[in-house]
Amino acid sequence: MHIPDGFINGVTSAGAGVVAAGGLTAALRQAGARLKDRHIPLAGLVAAFVFVLQMLNFPVLPGMSGHLLGGALAAILMGPSVGIVVVSVVVIIQALLFADGGVSALGLNVINMAVVTTLVGWFVFRAIRIPLRPTRRSVLVATFVAATVSVAASAGAFVLEYAMGGVGGIDISTVSLLMIGVHVLIGLGEAAITVGVVGAVLSTRPDLVYGAADLAGDATRSTVSNRRFVGVAVVVAVALLGLATIASANPDGLEWVAARVGLAGSAQESAVASSPVAGYEVTGSGAFGTVLAGALGLGVTFGVGYGLLRLFRRRSTTKPAVPRSAR
Amino acid sequence: MSGGHAHTLHIHGHSVAHRMAPHLKVAALGIFVVAVVATPARAVPAFGVYAILLGTVAAVSGVPVRFIVRRMVIEVPFLLFAVLLPFVGSAPYLSLGGLRVSEAGLLAAWTIVAKGSCGVVASILLAATTEVPEILTGLQRLRVPAPLVAIAGFMVRYLEVIAGELSRMRVAMAARGYEARFLWQAKVLATSAGALFIRSYERGERVYLAMVSRGYTGTMPVFAAQGVTRRDYVQAFALPAIAVVVALAGWVVVA
Amino acid sequence: MTPSVAVADLTFSYPGGHRALDGIDLTVQAGERVAVFGPNGAGKTTFVLHLNGIHRPERGTVSIEGIELDDNTVMEIRRRVGLVFQDPDDQLFMPTVRQDVAFGPANFGIKGDELDERVAEALDMVGMIDAIDRAPHHLSLGERRRVAIATVIASQPEILILDEPSSNLDPASRREVADILKGLDVTILLVTHDLPYALELCERAVIMNGGRLVADGGTAEILSDARLMAANRLELPFGFDPRTVRR
Repeated sequence: MHIPDGFINGVTSAGAGVVAAGGLTAALRQAGARLKDRHIPLAGLVAAFVFVLQMLNFPVLPGMSGHLLGGALAAILMGPSVGIVVVSVVVIIQALLFADGGVSALGLNVINMAVVTTLVGWFVFRAIRIPLRPTRRSVLVATFVAATVSVAASAGAFVLEYAMGGVGGIDISTVSLLMIGVHVLIGLGEAAITVGVVGAVLSTRPDLVYGAADLAGDATRSTVSNRRFVGVAVVVAVALLGLATIASANPDGLEWVAARVGLAGSAQESAVASSPVAGYEVTGSGAFGTVLAGALGLGVTFGVGYGLLRLFRRRSTTKPAVPRSAR
Repeated sequence: MSGGHAHTLHIHGHSVAHRMAPHLKVAALGIFVVAVVATPARAVPAFGVYAILLGTVAAVSGVPVRFIVRRMVIEVPFLLFAVLLPFVGSAPYLSLGGLRVSEAGLLAAWTIVAKGSCGVVASILLAATTEVPEILTGLQRLRVPAPLVAIAGFMVRYLEVIAGELSRMRVAMAARGYEARFLWQAKVLATSAGALFIRSYERGERVYLAMVSRGYTGTMPVFAAQGVTRRDYVQAFALPAIAVVVALAGWVVVA
Repeated sequence: MTPSVAVADLTFSYPGGHRALDGIDLTVQAGERVAVFGPNGAGKTTFVLHLNGIHRPERGTVSIEGIELDDNTVMEIRRRVGLVFQDPDDQLFMPTVRQDVAFGPANFGIKGDELDERVAEALDMVGMIDAIDRAPHHLSLGERRRVAIATVIASQPEILILDEPSSNLDPASRREVADILKGLDVTILLVTHDLPYALELCERAVIMNGGRLVADGGTAEILSDARLMAANRLELPFGFDPRTVRR
């Protein structure tokens, strides 16, 4: 969902902008050499493809339709860092040119639709493939789950942002239920399309599926070993759990941070004053403290995410590249 | 959002807004939107001023109202959400024409509608007065990383080409009697989406070949940029500055 | 006289092992216009991609105007050899016509006023100067074909290679492209299935089949040789008799 201006307050939007810029810069750097040279027109064409695909609506409930987000698809086809860049470009141009998504909400939209979907999609995809044998079917199963979870995660990110700076007037648990509920349905649709696309590409041009390079028997490429992936995954999970534990076990912890940093008592308009979201309960110290803590949390997550991206960097030898289509 | 074609986003003209350097326009849009979002929702007259500012730009640029309204259709989803809010919102409640509505919900609804609409109209005006290639040049000048701008350029260029290929596929499917109405029928659509990806990717490879054939060595050539004078800055930021002042005034009044 | 194009024993295989070109020898003098015929899969496009250095020969040499192709000379060769691809959408990749036509010369170091002049000149030559600030996807196919030619001639190449320039064009556009090509003072290689077009524009023709050059001679003579044509999956269009055509 493209968040318009006014939905989320300015401070949260600004914080999201910083995080999004950081994530995008990290992705750009990670994609690095792959984004010079031949991959720029390729990324542009794939971005056009994602954009066009997003225009396809599918029914999820009577009278309500969803559309593809494409983050998981981009990650599986092109790798997480290029995927983030590609979908970010789609989101940014949609906001600037088509007024789809507010300009002030660009950071939020990039996070929700480009970064979270892509990273979560890739993460889940890799995780699910570990215990399975490297077959076409296991790739597609992993794709399905990854796409579904990625959409739910995107909704979760939105709920988090809404809790931090949403325009309010509605119970946060109602919002959560609605958003995540609908997005699980949308996620199923997205999963179906994503599996369809990945499956079709695997049949005709398996070399184009980044996430299935090992299937193509491409010995010139190496991927990070599964052991390393699991190691990193454990670290990430512990970090996130730790963060959540600290937050919920010590709800005053965030306030304490805010007070220490001298932000307590700022009387900005906040809609979150009495929202019962564990770990983000704010009583009196104003939205700013919450946002700061939230931003810190997101920052940690993205730091870890960046670390993940570095670990997943592919070492591929350069090949002369004349496409079959042009012979 | 569907069916947005680049050429229907732009209204041809030679107004001040049309001729303004694109990077200034984008920056002005950014400042205006930030001011709008930072304005407290209770400062209702502020939004009246914003509407007037936007209306002025539209009038001076020759952008018809009907055009703006048509493009505002993109708002409908969150307008619907806004309409719901007073009815599903939390206490305290007001009585409005016999209906029980949530006060917070009402305020939230107003916030969404007012701020969201201002943002949408401002974006519409940018696209209406600035051709796509110029917007990209503007972004580049605002120090957006070159790979992003280059990718965006190719994306916008090939959007209609890819959309055309997709619609041709759907026509071919319809001609064979297929209609996607239910989720499981999406499989056929998904397969053609896969074919579309391959086509798009292969075209990307051919584009690269064409680029190399014309001497491309990895960096896009930079074309000379428009010079900017002090007068241009004043023209670009006058209205956003007014918005900022109004926003601040809004805080003073409401607090 | 240094030939424009001198290819000797050109052999090339794709990474999968498929041998696409098998010992091709071809010499083209400056100003000649040569049609390249052959069934699909004969290797015509692969061959042509050697002439501007996109492919490198596995064995044999490629020389353009006396300069042999290697890593150091490839940029200069690309400046001299203009390649017009079959699908104009593949080569009009910039947001405006102006930027597309300027792309080539800009990469070869032309800037400022000289660049503007080159762009205007190239568009003028193809009759598309009015479209200079338009976006490529607003143009018709014929117009895009002509602009694609402009993007290539803006770098002032000495040799022009065109891949199916008349395909999908309506008769008027076909005529326009033919007139443009006739008016250019360059060596031309024309890869095409459009036999009458080839006869109109090219005095010499070669046939490529299975990665080899199997014929090389006057266009009219080759088209009149029924046995040769049939052996290479070539057929004259209905009612077309090359012997009665006056070039």
